[in-house]
Amino acid sequence: MAETLVDIAGLEKHFAVAGGGWFSRRKLAVRAVDGVDLAIRRGETLGLVGESGCGKSTLGRLILRLVRPSAGAIRFGGVDIATLEGAALRAVRRRAQMIFQDPYGSLNPRMRVADLVTEPLRIAGRPPAAGYRAHAESLLQSVGLDAQHAERYAHEFSGGQRQRIGIARALALEPELVVADEPVSALDVSIRAQVINLMQDLQARHRLTYLFISHDLGVVHHIADRVAVMYLGRIVELAPKRALYATPRHPYTQSLLAAIPAATPALRGRRVALGGDPPSPLAPPPGCRFHTRCPHAIERCRREDPPLQAAGEGHSVACLRADEIGPIAIPLIQPGGRAGR
Amino acid sequence: MATRRSGPRFGHRIKIGLGAAIVLGAVLMAILAPLLAPHDPYRQDLLARLQPPVWAEQGAWKHPLGTDNYGRDLLSRLIYGSRLSIMVGVSAALLSAVLGSVLGMLAGYKGGWLQQVIMRFADAHLAFPEILLAILIVAAVGGSALNLILVLGVSGWMVYARVMYNLTRAVRERPFIEAAVSHGASDAYILARHVFPQLVPVLTVVCTLQVAQMILQETALSFLGLGLPPPTATWGNMLAEGRDRLWVAPWIANFAGLAIILVVWGINMLGNGLREHLDPKAKERR
Amino acid sequence: MALLEVEGLRTVFPSQEGEVSAVEGASFSLSEGEVLGLVGESGSGKSVTAFSLMRLVQAPGRIAAGSVRFEGRDLLSLDEREMRKLRGRRMSMIFQEPLSSLNPVWTVGQQVMEPMLLHGGVTRREARERALAMLARVGIADAARRFNDYPHQLSGGLRQRVMIALALVCEPKLLIADEPTSALDVTIQAQILELLRDLQRELGMAILMITHDLGVVAEIADRVNVMYAGRIVESAPVETLFRAPAHPYSAGLLQSVPDMGEERERLPTIRGIVPRPGEMPPGCAFAPRCPYADAACTVAPPPVHTLTDDHAAACVRPLGAHG
Repeated sequence: MAETLVDIAGLEKHFAVAGGGWFSRRKLAVRAVDGVDLAIRRGETLGLVGESGCGKSTLGRLILRLVRPSAGAIRFGGVDIATLEGAALRAVRRRAQMIFQDPYGSLNPRMRVADLVTEPLRIAGRPPAAGYRAHAESLLQSVGLDAQHAERYAHEFSGGQRQRIGIARALALEPELVVADEPVSALDVSIRAQVINLMQDLQARHRLTYLFISHDLGVVHHIADRVAVMYLGRIVELAPKRALYATPRHPYTQSLLAAIPAATPALRGRRVALGGDPPSPLAPPPGCRFHTRCPHAIERCRREDPPLQAAGEGHSVACLRADEIGPIAIPLIQPGGRAGR
Repeated sequence: MATRRSGPRFGHRIKIGLGAAIVLGAVLMAILAPLLAPHDPYRQDLLARLQPPVWAEQGAWKHPLGTDNYGRDLLSRLIYGSRLSIMVGVSAALLSAVLGSVLGMLAGYKGGWLQQVIMRFADAHLAFPEILLAILIVAAVGGSALNLILVLGVSGWMVYARVMYNLTRAVRERPFIEAAVSHGASDAYILARHVFPQLVPVLTVVCTLQVAQMILQETALSFLGLGLPPPTATWGNMLAEGRDRLWVAPWIANFAGLAIILVVWGINMLGNGLREHLDPKAKERR
Repeated sequence: MALLEVEGLRTVFPSQEGEVSAVEGASFSLSEGEVLGLVGESGSGKSVTAFSLMRLVQAPGRIAAGSVRFEGRDLLSLDEREMRKLRGRRMSMIFQEPLSSLNPVWTVGQQVMEPMLLHGGVTRREARERALAMLARVGIADAARRFNDYPHQLSGGLRQRVMIALALVCEPKLLIADEPTSALDVTIQAQILELLRDLQRELGMAILMITHDLGVVAEIADRVNVMYAGRIVESAPVETLFRAPAHPYSAGLLQSVPDMGEERERLPTIRGIVPRPGEMPPGCAFAPRCPYADAACTVAPPPVHTLTDDHAAACVRPLGAHG
């Protein structure tokens, strides 16, 4: 088994928000990440899926220590970085980099592309052997852009090209881990595939480890080796990709897969829509967090908080009734394969 | 898709051009004062006191704008006066810009108790009449160019602090700041390299407009006798001296007043023009 | 007779390089009770098409040519007062971001009542009753309590339900839905699509579903128009489009969506990027990115090639066509 690069234990992040009435001094906390154990192996792509507000972005930022955890440990290459500060923290941050969702906002509009992509090196005080300019050009070429693009500003590029610039910048420091937070969600379908392929090429070339955060189960299916499913601050299921999509064990995962729009018209309407909205992370329900929407919930689910338990090879699930419910295969493709090819 | 055509944009060009011309003229006048002034601004000539300007009946080309109560040449005093007025105004505006921007950016970027302390202090200071504070301090420590710059500079910081604070808070939320943090950048680096450049356009505008304010305040202090001591040629002093002779020799105060109005108007026009020019909303967006 | 008939629609926006067309010669029709998907990527002109049908193109954009016949009347020749009578009553629109299209200072109930009161013919009491019934119909539990809530108190999914209630409360014949589920989570998206499908059947209305998401099309549409760079490049029944797309762009689009049925090393891609408006190539706008393009494609915009009576593609040599 591959070496563990990131090892997370009991990780929590609670954001304080002003609560109550005008005169109340009561503080409420959004429990964005609420007790997560997770290991990321060197060289793998771990997909992290979940709906908005489930805490997946916060988890990604915790691993990069862009936010400070409320509790728990984050071991990065064996060292606990959960409480690092100052220069030591900045040094660790350089070993892990991020690709952002917003290709428009994440590039400083007042900087030239050459400066943008080499900025991490300047900050780290590591001038490249070939000089900044030549290095910028080679970085741009490695993500499929022209060397002449170095002189331009970010706004002169399309969304897909900007995302390539963001990727070049993330790779400048030759990081071990790349956290990609919805890297293709803002892109058009035809551009999305280009960027995904690029990310896969770069992973092979630079032996990168990816934490790939997305709400798009199709994209995650394509790129991930293992997939973790998050709901209201918790990981509810973790499995190798094939197992997760073919034999999902948690009722939430099953509902998520069932909710994906049909791949072809022939599969239309064969899905059960999950009722209701996710509860507020300000006040997660007691017991199993999913019981308010779960079609299989029983009285026990309201009281007991299920731990993440092994349920097969490399497969774990946090559900009290997982064995009773069993894996449910969701028809995701038309028998006979894909059309139009 | 829809590229918006930004309507007629001549207004701000004219403003910037005219404003810059006036400001440039005033600055050149200040720098070249010894070459331009026909007389020594401090030389008294009691035989030629209270001479009217050249176009009046008793005027003469020797003193184109006439003379004051001591027979000093008004044109020369006006030219030399621009030196101190502009120097004090610009220096005081720059001082308050530096102070206010640093504090405002720190408050906006760091938040927490630092923000509370800085911004509450700014609020309290804003509630206190600026000119009154300046009067109190100058009355205590005496008027000299340096004192005036310090007093006016320190008493003007809150305007910048407020503006920079709000802008910094907005910029801090933009994703490229988080990107810089993820590259291991320090706070100082981020403030200097990523936050400050976004604020420069606004800072330029506020600073320009504040120079006009500062010139007016210097004038006000001098007029009240709290600025630079009397023989010194400043526009405020000339205004104060002219006040006593307003009925017999109105030109003394008039020319100083006109000079102040013209320069302040020019600076304001430049500032407003710049604001319209730099306003991101007026620019083409993609 | 078709409910909606669009002929040669051309909508233009001024730019530095002169007028550029966001929609160029779009022609299609929509029968009563039919769901037509309008698929395209950003900048393809699909949203501008929708706004053109409602005559809500933002100035300085304008409709430069074409005709839009709705229930037999030419919408482009109506005056603004008559057009207002149609909007919200005979044809309605819902948008991607319900929060910005709902007024934050009005309660949900007031907003759902508004179209009925605007168009007259009902008392406040009737309007209130019908609004309540509609809110319940779009699946808002406890509609009577929600009636007095403000939009910010609702979740994204509930807001979109309110938008739908507001659009459908006058029982229009045509609903134009502009990316109605794109901002929603996948479980909520499934709920909203199911709701739209049910309401469409129940009210017998036609839907023009504008989306970039082929999954949404597969889920709800009867027929599909694919748009690229302002033009409709393919029109087909939904099964045909997914089984045998004729335009290389449609085929590329379908293939570049990662699917969960098989594992592929690499995703097939469409090379290059969409040309900017004003920099359109002289021939087929897709030619620079098309794997099959040759000299014939760069001369003039390709003619519409009819493959069967309900399948057409604007391509010199559509895929699967023999001869």
